[in-house]
Amino acid sequence: MALLEVDDLVVQFYTENGVVRAVDGISYEIRAGETLGLVGESGAGKSVASLALLRLIDSPGEVVGGEIRFRGRDILELSADEMRGLRGDEIAMVFQDAGAALNPVYTVGEQISEAIRTHEAVTDETARDRAIALLERVGISDPAARYSDYPHEFSGGMQQRAVIAMGLSCDPALLVCDEPTTDLDVTVQAGILELLADLARESETAIQLVTHDLGVVAEICDRVLVQYAGEIVERAPVEELYYDPKHPYTVGLLASIPRLGDGRGRLTTIPGTTPDLVDPPTGCRFHPRCPYAEDVCARRRPPLVETESGSPDDGDPDTHAAACLEYTGDLEDGLDYEVQVRDESDESTESNEPDERRLGGNDGAERTRERDPTGDPR
Amino acid sequence: MTLGRYVWTRLLVTAPVLFGVTALTFSFVHLLPGDAVDAIIGFQDVSPAVEASIRAEYHLDQPVWKQYLLWLGDAATLEFGESPITGRDVAATIGRRLPATLTLGGAAWLLALAVGIPAGIVAAVRAGEPADELGRIAALAGIATPNFWLGLILLFVFSVRLGWFRVIPPDAPLASLAMAKFMLLPTITLGTASAALITRLLRSSMRQELEAAYVRTARAKGLSERTVILKHVLRNALLPVVTVAGLQLAFLVDGAVVVEQIFSWPGMGRLLVRSILRRDYTVIQAAVLVIGVAIVIANLLVDIVYAILDPRIRY
Amino acid sequence: MSDRHPTTQRGRIRIVGFDDAVADQQAGDRENDDDDDTIATGPIDSSTTPGETTTETESEPDRPRRRLEDAWRRFRRNRTAMAGLGVIVVMAVLAVFARPIEVSTAEVTITLQPFSLAPYDPSAMFVGPANAPPSRAHPFGTDWAGRDQLSRVLVGGRYTLGIGLVAVALALCVGVPLGAIAGYFGGWIDEAIMRLVDVLYAFPFLVLAIAIVPILEPIPVLGGGFWTVVLALAVTGWIGYARLLRGEVLSVREREYVTAARALGVPDRTVIRRHVVPNAVAPVVVQATLNVGTVVLTAAALGFLGLGLEPGSAEWGAMLSQGRSSLVQGRWHITVFPGLAIFLFVLAINLVGDGINDALDPHRDVSDERRRLR
Repeated sequence: MALLEVDDLVVQFYTENGVVRAVDGISYEIRAGETLGLVGESGAGKSVASLALLRLIDSPGEVVGGEIRFRGRDILELSADEMRGLRGDEIAMVFQDAGAALNPVYTVGEQISEAIRTHEAVTDETARDRAIALLERVGISDPAARYSDYPHEFSGGMQQRAVIAMGLSCDPALLVCDEPTTDLDVTVQAGILELLADLARESETAIQLVTHDLGVVAEICDRVLVQYAGEIVERAPVEELYYDPKHPYTVGLLASIPRLGDGRGRLTTIPGTTPDLVDPPTGCRFHPRCPYAEDVCARRRPPLVETESGSPDDGDPDTHAAACLEYTGDLEDGLDYEVQVRDESDESTESNEPDERRLGGNDGAERTRERDPTGDPR
Repeated sequence: MTLGRYVWTRLLVTAPVLFGVTALTFSFVHLLPGDAVDAIIGFQDVSPAVEASIRAEYHLDQPVWKQYLLWLGDAATLEFGESPITGRDVAATIGRRLPATLTLGGAAWLLALAVGIPAGIVAAVRAGEPADELGRIAALAGIATPNFWLGLILLFVFSVRLGWFRVIPPDAPLASLAMAKFMLLPTITLGTASAALITRLLRSSMRQELEAAYVRTARAKGLSERTVILKHVLRNALLPVVTVAGLQLAFLVDGAVVVEQIFSWPGMGRLLVRSILRRDYTVIQAAVLVIGVAIVIANLLVDIVYAILDPRIRY
Repeated sequence: MSDRHPTTQRGRIRIVGFDDAVADQQAGDRENDDDDDTIATGPIDSSTTPGETTTETESEPDRPRRRLEDAWRRFRRNRTAMAGLGVIVVMAVLAVFARPIEVSTAEVTITLQPFSLAPYDPSAMFVGPANAPPSRAHPFGTDWAGRDQLSRVLVGGRYTLGIGLVAVALALCVGVPLGAIAGYFGGWIDEAIMRLVDVLYAFPFLVLAIAIVPILEPIPVLGGGFWTVVLALAVTGWIGYARLLRGEVLSVREREYVTAARALGVPDRTVIRRHVVPNAVAPVVVQATLNVGTVVLTAAALGFLGLGLEPGSAEWGAMLSQGRSSLVQGRWHITVFPGLAIFLFVLAINLVGDGINDALDPHRDVSDERRRLR
């Protein structure tokens, strides 16, 4: 039994334009100690999915279906008190805008100590000492002095570290991070990611990392979920996602990453914008923007299937699954793209003459990757 | 910046304001129509000897700036001279009246806070429910009611018809039980509008703070809802109320002017009205000065309290 | 964690063929546009969506108008605000049609408004028994001089509404420009104006008005009490707007569209007029609306105290000053009706002010929705 099992979760919002299903039946699991990335554009419902784990969805939204099993118990069925016991203690959350996430009128140290005191019967002294130790652990220098500083006296990166310290204060089994590096400079971002990776490794904390940045995912995630318009469209171990993307949306995301030295004149984008969730497209939700779409895509909603076999997905986290009619054999023309990988043997040459392999489509041709071990995620 | 430096900075900023207040008050007599002497004596006919003595007493032959400084010096030592209209010492008159107004105003202010803050919290937490709607209407009614009307009605219902209270103050010292009992109606009259304002303000301030990101963080940490509201939200939501509480002081003085009339309360407000009607401008000038300076100082204190509560402002 | 060997070279993984497929599809769609609709259920063109196109191609003068329309629509949906507005309109109508309005010069008398809702001339004495309680002949009773209260209340509305609106309008005319200048130019102008505001702020509204009345009284052009009161209230009222607008201008001034306008060489006064003030003015509008109520209360207080309008005029506050002595004698009707009128008007104004506040404040809605739907 995995640490966290999400089963067909549905979250709705009631807006003046209609009912929006921000999360429309997603299922996944996280095992102890692993880092799962949840990727998608803004509006895909990733943050909502994360908030749902802590039952922090407020009106006008509500969870209307599915189960969220944490250590076997459905947390949607817990009482308010039991839920509060879980929050911060076993499942903790790190929010995007760290500056706004901290209360401006209390010191940073106090806010960390508060989390500790809420869940554990310790003296104020002990809580304070632990908070200072945490500040040091997350890389804040002079932690004892910083304990008494207010949030506005911290820089952006330090605020984010403080919020991470707050999240880790009670040694949670699962840490949910909602775009923790989005507002930060790239160099600061790297530091934060490294910190998260180290912490996860040390304390065997599982992490659910929500982001729109594929670079971040590549850095620290073991497995990845790609979310589009409230649905999971692809699930894979991280290496497979990058070397062997299956869903056209994932392909488009990867293709959109600008490359230095790219000779082409224009940047690639995925045409169109995210769909209106009040009235989503029929059939496959991505089909209006998909360059490989065929008539059947507008009619049939593609189920999530294992791409190797085409059989319905059973939730096995190590398999590679995608929600595209290609993998149920319903597309005529197939998906026309290639993944080109430049191996180290080509480093000496100037031009890009990569080994061309045909990927995707119905072939499922074998790939050999000499230099890169196809290791297990952990 | 530490709190100490902030206080110092505020003091420096307040000094020119005090200067302005005193200067404006000083110029009052000179802005009145006619010659300053005429204004002071209320346009009565007096003998040249009296006129000369007044000129000397108010330094009216000196250049304006010198007059101001002399007057300021006198005022600092609470030397306001005698009123040509009543013949009584101005400072003593004000001194007699001031405690009464301070007591009434203070009581009303405390009442406003004691009623307004809890009501605001309840309204914010129970937003949308009947309790909130009721509170909102009550608050609006409280603000819209002219305080003199409210006073008259309270006076009529409870004092005249029901006879629970006296109609005029008892002949007792200010600190006595009899006086306190009498003070109940005027305090309610004076404090209602402020209480209503604070309720509305706190409610909207808390609603706004409840949307803030740190509230979600607090809940995500597993804090009880009560802690979230009373520890995290309230502290932030009270900040605008503190600012307004300072402004309320001026508002209360205004209200006192009217309420004292209704309940015959022997305070500064009644003095002011009586003096206006009697054209006793020396008293008015002194009273306005006292009020102005008091409010400036009170606002300074409010600023300091605000800085204590909000660490961000010290920068 | 997997043990990859990240290479120092960038751009190892490249997707080839996706953009070609996109280009192909777009070309194909353009051909098939007339006869094939299956695939085009969503936007194909990457630059706009149908919803967004109209907004982007809108010209600038349209946008403020559309904002006002949106605000009006939001206001209309607010029932209490509409109720308040209704009350005010009714009171205004009653005030206008209470007694005939005539404008006369030496030779000609033009009757602007011939209707007379009030049954009696408000200053006519002893049209009924003195201090009579409400009856069919005198629904609001009579006062100590036998004057019909109903008529007086109806006509009194003119003073009240007039003073309220005019005083606030004048205060705005002074406060808004001063506040805008202080906020926009900053520096010593800002300091000077704000110090002045601080000094005036030290005096309570009413106390200041009380002090100003005797200064203004003898000036003949002000004729009687009305303009004296109005000016006193305007002089005390502008400070609030100045300070409020200055605060808003300070934040608007930093916005990029202001910098852009200035970079284009637009003169300062045009920038202030077209870019800064319209965006800063919303809280001031709300405050001004609510202040009509405060001004009315203060004017009534002045009347109550016997300052301001001539004694015996039908101003509601002045009518209440009679109230105290009558109340003690047990006669309630002289107090209740004028006070009720004041109360209703101020309550209605507050409802409208709140409604305007809700209608003009789109920020709250948008940021909430955006946050939640992510």
